[in-house]
Amino acid sequence: MSMEIASNSHYRDHSTARMTKDKLFLGIVIGLAILTISPIVLIIYKLIVKGIKQISFSFIFETTPNTYEAMTALASGERIPGGILNGITGTLLMVVMAALIAIPVGIVTGVYLYENQKKKLAAIVRNTADIIQGTPSIVLGLIAYIWVVKHITMGFSALAGSVSLSIMMLPMIVRSTEETLKMIPNTLKEAALAMGVPYYKVIIRVLIPTGFSGLLTGILLSVSRVIGETAPLMLTALGSTMVNWDLSKPTSAIPLLVWEFYNDPNMVDLIWSTSLLLMGIVLLFNLLSRQFAKSRK
Amino acid sequence: MMNENTIQINNPVLSVRNLSVAYDQNVAVKNVSVDFKKNAITAIMGPSGCGKSTLLRAFNRMHELYENIHTTGEIILNGTDIMKLPPIRVRRHMGMVFQRPNPFPTMSIYDNVIAGYKLNGIRLKHSEKDEIVERSLTDVALWDEVKDALFKKGTFLSGGQQQRLCIARALAFNPEVILLDEPTSALDPIATAKIEELLVELKKQYSIIMVTHNMSQAARISDFSLFMYLGEMVEYDKTKVMFTTPKDKRTEAYLTGKFG
Repeated sequence: MSMEIASNSHYRDHSTARMTKDKLFLGIVIGLAILTISPIVLIIYKLIVKGIKQISFSFIFETTPNTYEAMTALASGERIPGGILNGITGTLLMVVMAALIAIPVGIVTGVYLYENQKKKLAAIVRNTADIIQGTPSIVLGLIAYIWVVKHITMGFSALAGSVSLSIMMLPMIVRSTEETLKMIPNTLKEAALAMGVPYYKVIIRVLIPTGFSGLLTGILLSVSRVIGETAPLMLTALGSTMVNWDLSKPTSAIPLLVWEFYNDPNMVDLIWSTSLLLMGIVLLFNLLSRQFAKSRK
Repeated sequence: MMNENTIQINNPVLSVRNLSVAYDQNVAVKNVSVDFKKNAITAIMGPSGCGKSTLLRAFNRMHELYENIHTTGEIILNGTDIMKLPPIRVRRHMGMVFQRPNPFPTMSIYDNVIAGYKLNGIRLKHSEKDEIVERSLTDVALWDEVKDALFKKGTFLSGGQQQRLCIARALAFNPEVILLDEPTSALDPIATAKIEELLVELKKQYSIIMVTHNMSQAARISDFSLFMYLGEMVEYDKTKVMFTTPKDKRTEAYLTGKFG
C-alpha cells in the first residue's frame, strides 16, 4: 500500500529543494569537521615519518649527545648517537613534584569553593583561578624565577620549574574538583551527616571517594597540559645535559630539548623524534583522562 | 500550650516545644508543639510546601548545615533537650531515610550497612560487624536477597532494595527514632508495599516518624497522624480518628481531596 503524501506539485518542488539544501549543509558540516581534525593528523604523520628513525632503545636510555658527536654522525650519514634520557627524567621529576604541590592545594581549594559557593572570598578565588589559567606561561615562569631561583635555590633548579608548572596546574584541578563535587547528589552528603559523621570526614571519606574519577580526570588533564610547557622552564629549570634528580640543580625536560635541538643545526634531526615522544605522552594522558571521565558515567 | 486539636501522649520518645523554622525571613514551620509515641508510626502529612519535610529535618538538626535556615524551640529526646547537645551526637541517635535511595556508591552492600560505624571511625571486631550487617539486613527483609552479594556495590540493587538498604543503614546504629522523608515516593507500588510492610514490622523495636504526601499510605500504616498546613500544625490525632472524624475544617478538606 502506498501513501500519497505529495499530491500537490507545489509542495513536492519545495521538498526537493529543501532536501538538496539539507544535503549541502550536511556536506559542509562534515567537510569542516574533517578540516578541524586534519592538522592533528598531519602533525602526527609528519612526526612519525621524520622522527621514527631516531626512536630506538638508546633514544630513551641515553643522554643527549654533544654537538661534535652529532656533527660526526651527520657527516658520515649515520644515526645521531645518544638519546633524551636527561629530558625524560627531568620532565618526570618536575611534573611529579608539580603534581605533589598542585594536587593537595587544588583539591582543598576546590572543596572550599564547593562548600562556600556564595561567599565573596570564593568568588575571588574562582576568578583568580580563571585569571591564572589565562596568564601567559612565561609570566608564571618569571614569577617562579623571582620566588625560587632568586631566593630559595639561588640558581636555576628543578624546584623552580616545578613551582611554575604547579601554578599552571592549579586552576584546572581547582575547577575540576569543584565541578565534580557539584555533580554529587546533595542527599549523599546529607546521608552521611545524618549519621552524625563530622563534616571533614564526610568530605574525605564520602565526597572525595565518590568523585574520585572526576578528580583524576582533572589531574590527568592538567598534567597533559603542563608536560609540554617550555617557556616557564627556560626561565627556571634552564636545562642540563645530564640526568639530574636533585631538585636544587638545573634540569632538562623533553620540551626544553626540542628547543635546544632547534637551536643546534647539527641536532635538528632530533627535533622530530623528541616531539613525537612528547606528543605521544600528551596524547596518552589525554586518552587516559577521557577513559576515567567515561567510567564515571 | 497544646491546642484542642492535639492528643496527649504519655511517655513520648520525642517531644517538640514551640519549634519554628525559618528560611531567611520565610517561616516554614510555625510554633509546633507535639509529642511522638514510642514504638508507633506517626505520619506527617499535608500538601506540598506545608513544611512537613522541614519539620522532620529539624528533629535531627539537619537544618544547621545551611546558614540561611534558623531553628528555634525545644526538641526533647527521651527527656534530654537535644538542642543543647552537639548535632553530631544528636544525629547518631536518630536514623534518617531520604526520599530517593542514596546508598554510598563507593561502598559495598556490607560497608553501606556499617557506614555509620566506618565513617565515624568506630572500630568493630569482625564478628560484631558480621552480626550488625546480618541483623540489620534481616530486619529490612533484604538478607535473603543479598547474602551472596554482600561485597557488591550497593548501587547495583533495584530502587526498592536500595531504599531497604538505606533503612538498614539507619537501623545499624540502633537509633531511638527513625525519621523517614517520603521514603516511597520514588518507588514503584510493589517496592512501596514491601517498605510499608517492613515499617509496620519495625515499629515493634523502633519509633518511626515519616513524612508522606500519600494520604492512603498514612491511613494504611500509621498509628498517629499529624496534619500540617502552611507551616502550622493543624491537627494531631490517632490516624483512625483523624481519618473518620477530623476536627478541623482544613484537615477535612485535605482528606476529602479538596486540595493537595
